[in-house]
Order: sequence, then structure tokens, then C-alpha cells
Amino acid sequence: MSFMPYVPPEQLMKDRSEFAHKGISRGKSVVGLEYADGVLFIAENPSATLHKISEIYDRIAFAGVGKYSEFEDLRISGVRLADLRGYSYGRDDVRARDLANAYSQALSTIFTQQMKPYEVEILVGEIGENGGSTEVYHVLFDGTVTDEHEHVAIGGHAEELSNAIAAAFQPGWDLATACREAVKALSTAEGREIAAEQVEAAVLDRTRTQRRKFRRLAEDEVATLLG
Amino acid sequence: MTEGPPFPPDVSGGPIGANPSFFDLVRARRPETLPAPTAAAEVAAPHGTTVVALKFGSGVVFGGDRRATEGFSIADDRMEKVFAADDFSVIAIAGAAGQAIEIVKLFQLELEHYEKITGDRLSLEGKANRLAQMIRGNLPMAIQGLVVVPLFGGFDERREEGRIFYYDATGGRWEEDDFHSTGSGGRPAKSSLKKRWRPGLDRDEALRVAMEALLDASQEDAATGGPDPTRGIFPTVVAVTAAGAEHVSDDDLRAAYEAVVAQSGGAS
Repeated sequence: MSFMPYVPPEQLMKDRSEFAHKGISRGKSVVGLEYADGVLFIAENPSATLHKISEIYDRIAFAGVGKYSEFEDLRISGVRLADLRGYSYGRDDVRARDLANAYSQALSTIFTQQMKPYEVEILVGEIGENGGSTEVYHVLFDGTVTDEHEHVAIGGHAEELSNAIAAAFQPGWDLATACREAVKALSTAEGREIAAEQVEAAVLDRTRTQRRKFRRLAEDEVATLLG
Repeated sequence: MTEGPPFPPDVSGGPIGANPSFFDLVRARRPETLPAPTAAAEVAAPHGTTVVALKFGSGVVFGGDRRATEGFSIADDRMEKVFAADDFSVIAIAGAAGQAIEIVKLFQLELEHYEKITGDRLSLEGKANRLAQMIRGNLPMAIQGLVVVPLFGGFDERREEGRIFYYDATGGRWEEDDFHSTGSGGRPAKSSLKKRWRPGLDRDEALRVAMEALLDASQEDAATGGPDPTRGIFPTVVAVTAAGAEHVSDDDLRAAYEAVVAQSGGAS
């Protein structure tokens, strides 16, 4: 029988938190910002198929940074939660706030009870119906959830990115401007030029006539938008 | 969060990988929300009737009449029996309406869920197979008389052509090369299609052929409703081409109807 040495809870939480921080800071970043027609998410992502940004439901999108396998877990669970709820109740009853709460609960449980915390940070964005308000929630690896407005940055260079986008941000940008400014901010934060084919971008676009408002911007579309 | 997946997430649906099936997910987590066999087989449930499907030059056209019957009375004159299953496929149903619509809803979610989980659309073949499995799951109800027999089709992006599949109540699945119809008015509709259909129809011609088949069915079968231009009731028609699934507008349907009537010298 082996005995665990006593570790004070403060120390334990601090160690885990540092561990998760370290994992996240090694990765790439994602920026989410409101533009005229909805919400835009932009990330630097060398892969065209392993996405950081994806669709959860009709008006809800997900973005994750950190360890791919872990935020992919969260994404799939989110899609399942949303689809089940939409089927059991109604499509309008699937809300970003509920998802953010579920994520927060899950991450907090994992943070305190599992061997190692998830090295992830995620965003859950939703556009309101008929010009209703936009909601973007930011959930941290320990389950901390914050409600963000106008713009938010997560990932490796979140702070620099956040400053860069805050300095430039103006409400009511069109898609092209929002894309350009977001990529500019990403380049500033990373300290190098980011090419169009390295950019992963997707929008929740309330002008779409379809029920599903999520749209991934194709590589050539991004290139055109960036001019 | 009783309806939600348990957290921490248990993503694996099998030994490895996430199960992209929504049907399996509901069966595991909320089985009570699935259509279940009802005790009384003689329940007066509305029945939907004639649906037709045909290929044309750039894809497929699916059409269905709007009448639902309950025994000898008309339950509904504006029922929809043809639905876009996703952006590139369409499903049409004849049979017990309640069950059928539930299966359509599940099937639509199945496709959407798969697309979101895997990031890729199912192939048309894959969709057709999945539907067969779901129909087979409905077999206990089919034995009680709540038969659901769908027609499924769409634009196969890999083969770049329209395809049509039909099913029986046991989940048997066959591919149809040119046209098919099912439901209580399926026989007269099919005779009509047989005379009018030819390969490489254009969209307007295909609409006229579908309209004429449904019109013929409505004249032969009590449970099939004909178009009613004065009340603005036209069949539901969905066309699927490389550009996606499109609900054909009432204006186009009215034009097709008028062309059919004019052609038959007003006999209809």
C-alpha cells in the first residue's frame, strides 16, 4: 500500500493551473469578434481539415485552442447535447448559455477530479434571432466562464492579440474589414506575417436564409477578403 | 442536464472514434422520445398517400399530393409528404403520417449530426443505407399496420448524377433507374410516369410529368388529393440538382398544372 504525500490544495490547484496554462500558451490563438452581420471567428491554423472553429447548432458556433483531442472531445459533446435538446424540445431551446454552463461544469469537474486538467480554452458564440443580441462565452480550463462583448482572444498569445484587436476594433465592420483587421491583429500578436492559406475563418451570419447560420469561409474566399 | 451526454465527455461510441449517429445517441440517452409501437393497431392515424420520384437531366424531382386520410374522412388537405433531407437529398413518405414524419425528422437530424460530428457529408449511398436501417427499426410498428415506405433520392456529388432509392416496410432497399411512385395512388401514378417519362427531361418538363402523374393518381385514388388551384393547393415538389435541394415555388407548380390541363384539352 502506497501513501500519497500531503499536498496543500492551494499548491495542487496552482500546479494544475500552471500546467494547463503552459499547454495552452504553446498553441495557436483564435479571435472572435462581432461584425455587421454576426460573429466572425478567425484562427491561424496550418491544417485545412483539423478545425479549431466549428458548428454546434443553428446559431451557435464553437472555437477551441490548446490540445486538439481535448477540445474536439468538448466539441462533440456539445454537438450531442445541442442535437439531443433540439430533438427533445425545440430547435429554439438550444442556447449558447446552456452550452457554456455545461462546458463550465465539465471543465471544472475535470480540473479538480481528473489526473490532469484539460489544456484548452473555448469560445461558444451565438447570434440572436431577428437582430437579437449576440452572445459569446469564454470558458477556461478550470471552468471559469465569462461573457464577452465585441471581441475576444484566446490561446497562445491571447493577451497581445486581445490588445491588438482592442486597439483597432470598431463596431459595425463589414466582413472584409473584420477579416483584415483580425488577421492583422494575429500577425502583430505572433510577430510575423500570416498568409491567407494559414487562416481558418468561419462566421455566424444572420443574413443567411438557411436555418443553419454557420458558414466556413473557403480558402480562396479568405484570400479575396484579405485582398 | 438529464438529457445531455454525461460530463466528463465520454466520446467514444465504439472501441475507437466518436459514433456519428444521432439515432444511436437518442436510443441510448432518450429512448422515450423515439417513436414506439402503440398498443392499438387500429388507432385512427392519418395516412399519407401518393408520392412520385423521377430523374431528369440535372437531378431528381420528388412530388407528393397534400391529402391525409383517416379512414374515410380527409384529415388534412395541406399535408407535406416531401422533405429536403439535407442540402443534397430529398425524402418522400407514404404511410402512417405520424410515424413517417417522426422518421423523417430523425433522418434529417441523423444527416445533420453526422455532418457536424465528422465534418463531412455522408455519401448518397451512405444516406440510403442509413435510411434502410431506420425503416427496419420501424418493423414492429409496420407489422401493426403503421407502415412507412419512403422514397429517397438526391444528387450524388461523387457520381455527379441524380439517384432514386425505394424501400419496403422491412427496410429492403432498391435503386431505381428512372422513376418510381409509392402510396395508395402509386399504381396510376406509375402508369402515367411510364407513358410520359423519357431520359434527359429538362426541369419544366419534369415538373409537368410529376404533376400529371399526381393528377392521374388523384383521379383514380380516393385517398390522393388533386391540385386545387382555386384554393392554391398544389403538390409539394422538391427538385435536387448540383446546386442543392429546392422547394419548387407555387408559381412554377401552377404553370406546370396549367400546361398539363391544357394538354389534355381540359379533360382534367
